[in-house]
Amino acid sequence: MKLQEYHAKRLLLAQGLPVPDYSVAQTVAEAKAAATTYFAAGADRVVIKAQVLVGGRGKAGGVKLAATAQEAEQVAARILGMDIKGTTVRRVLVAPAADIVAEYYLACVLDRAARKVMLMGSAEGGVEIEVVAAERPDAIKQLHAHPLLGLLDHHARRMAFALGLGSTHLREFVTIAKGLYATMIVNDADLVEINPLAIVNTPSGVELQCLDAKVTIDDSALDRHSELEAMRDIAEEDPVDVEAREQGLSFIRLEGNIGCMVNGAGLAMTTMDLIKRAGGEPANFLDIGGGAKHDKVAAAMALILADTHVKAILVNIFGGIARGDEVAHGLVDARRMQERHVPMVVRIVGTNADEAARILSEAGDPDLQTAASLDDAVEKAVAAATAAVVAA
Amino acid sequence: MSILVGSDTRLLVQGITGREGAFHAQQMQDYGTNIVAGMTPGKGGQTALERPVPVFNTCHEAVSAQGANTSVIYVPAGGAPDAVLEAVDAGIKTIFCITEHIPALDMLKVVHVVEQAGARLVGPNCPGATSVGTAKVGIIPGTIHRPGHVGVVSRSGTLTYEVVEALTEAGIGQSTCVGIGGDPIAGSGFIDILSLFRDDPETNAVVLIGEIGGDGEERAAEWIAANMPGVPVASFIAGRTAPPGRRMGHAGAIISGGRGTAQSKVAALEAAGVRVAETPSQIPQLLLEMGVRAS
Repeated sequence: MKLQEYHAKRLLLAQGLPVPDYSVAQTVAEAKAAATTYFAAGADRVVIKAQVLVGGRGKAGGVKLAATAQEAEQVAARILGMDIKGTTVRRVLVAPAADIVAEYYLACVLDRAARKVMLMGSAEGGVEIEVVAAERPDAIKQLHAHPLLGLLDHHARRMAFALGLGSTHLREFVTIAKGLYATMIVNDADLVEINPLAIVNTPSGVELQCLDAKVTIDDSALDRHSELEAMRDIAEEDPVDVEAREQGLSFIRLEGNIGCMVNGAGLAMTTMDLIKRAGGEPANFLDIGGGAKHDKVAAAMALILADTHVKAILVNIFGGIARGDEVAHGLVDARRMQERHVPMVVRIVGTNADEAARILSEAGDPDLQTAASLDDAVEKAVAAATAAVVAA
Repeated sequence: MSILVGSDTRLLVQGITGREGAFHAQQMQDYGTNIVAGMTPGKGGQTALERPVPVFNTCHEAVSAQGANTSVIYVPAGGAPDAVLEAVDAGIKTIFCITEHIPALDMLKVVHVVEQAGARLVGPNCPGATSVGTAKVGIIPGTIHRPGHVGVVSRSGTLTYEVVEALTEAGIGQSTCVGIGGDPIAGSGFIDILSLFRDDPETNAVVLIGEIGGDGEERAAEWIAANMPGVPVASFIAGRTAPPGRRMGHAGAIISGGRGTAQSKVAALEAAGVRVAETPSQIPQLLLEMGVRAS
């Protein structure tokens, strides 16, 4: 789960990291009031930043400076309500603009290959790290925390010297790196990123400050972090995603017209790949999980049919933990309850597949075809979708 | 011979009195797996299964009383990391963790301890392993196999069954089928299992089933090129059409920052001499073309 910048900064502050003062505004008036306060306190300019989870907000015009409270009001009016890659901006962060001397990048990430937490730093901050990684991989410095002891002082010092911060900002940097690691551990994050970590001129001297923050929480750990679950931005999610999560289904809406219901993530991806290969377009990724029961099948069917683009449905179940007969019962009942009736191709193999076949044939549904193999099922589903498009 | 599990496996089932544990323990026993003990804290002294085995309160008792040398874990996510660590502490060297949704930071510590103890963990969030005809440990349906000499290693569950069934229907038997799981932090990677297959006299070809996310397939490809010359290897990679930035079910299956794409994996495997199928049903044909014979 991705967090908004203002939530991410709150987590950094809780670990003692230097995050400059900021306010969150939902209205133009709130934004203006915050800016007025910062100007009164001596700020030269304020920065106004759209709070959205999608990347590229800067390029989209979602991050702007203002030199007066009036200008801040105008900028906030432009940004609030703006559409950034399909997301409507509902909040802005307002902060005094920093007087930046130099920008760095610092992050803690899960290193899957090494199976450790990796501290990643670069002296080329303020730009997209993927670009730096692709163009100048040597500019990114990496080291690993100890799996049991964590990120130690010597790890942090080594990174400070590698980034050229060793002579002037060593102690500050060590505190920040360790605080960053602590933020990851305390919150079960799989990514904590500061970009930029900047050297800034402040009235009290030259300091390191965290000017932007990105945090992603491990979904598997949310059960033990109700305080983080509360930071979930439901309004920015597709309502279908919210519904799927509540039903315990793994569902991703796509652009096509063939709805898919599959058990297992790998098999679900494969089903999508094969549909595309056969000239069709999948409408979704949907993994109903192992041991899927009657009600889950019905909920999955409702999610698929809620997408009006769906012209055909492909059900692909390899029974193992999941029992074919349970899925078949669920399908038949779900079909009865649905108002929208689209052609469906069902392939059920494995545990209780014979029973499933009997249930499906007894249902006497003329729009329901069965298939013997995955290839056969894909071919029939693509044909059904094509026929439906032609008929329309 | 086979890898990981076989006729010398003496299996302990952790969580044997739970719903999943009880069901799959029975399936494993019916397949012929030598289950010697179960374990659930507080249920010590009971017995479980149709051919009854003793249930213990601790792994240590199961090891000392019954000589368990392998463990399989069906414990909910909250208790699963501790279950793995208890098995390690009791001296068990081969551990399968079926449980899904274990936080990644918990697994970092667990895999470190497992490694330090010289033990081997497969999973979490994996279907287990079956050595055809001798032992099934985990949840892979027992009916889909045919005995033979092709080793199968996969990050997926039901997709593995799909491929194994295709092999069986084409008359190509398997030695051992191993699911390493779809989580970002896994006890065993492709290379760990590939090296076991390379050293197994009963395995003379391999099928590797991967998916988007991470770079395990790319690293496996390099390893195959350097260490398995002349061994026929066929592969299938799921997620060729998956959109970037979205997690495709498995916690580990995500294309982010241009990394972990199917295209990169397919290219790396093909460069290593691996034949990559476009559909699961093509795999048997690719193996036959590489000289593998039906068994």
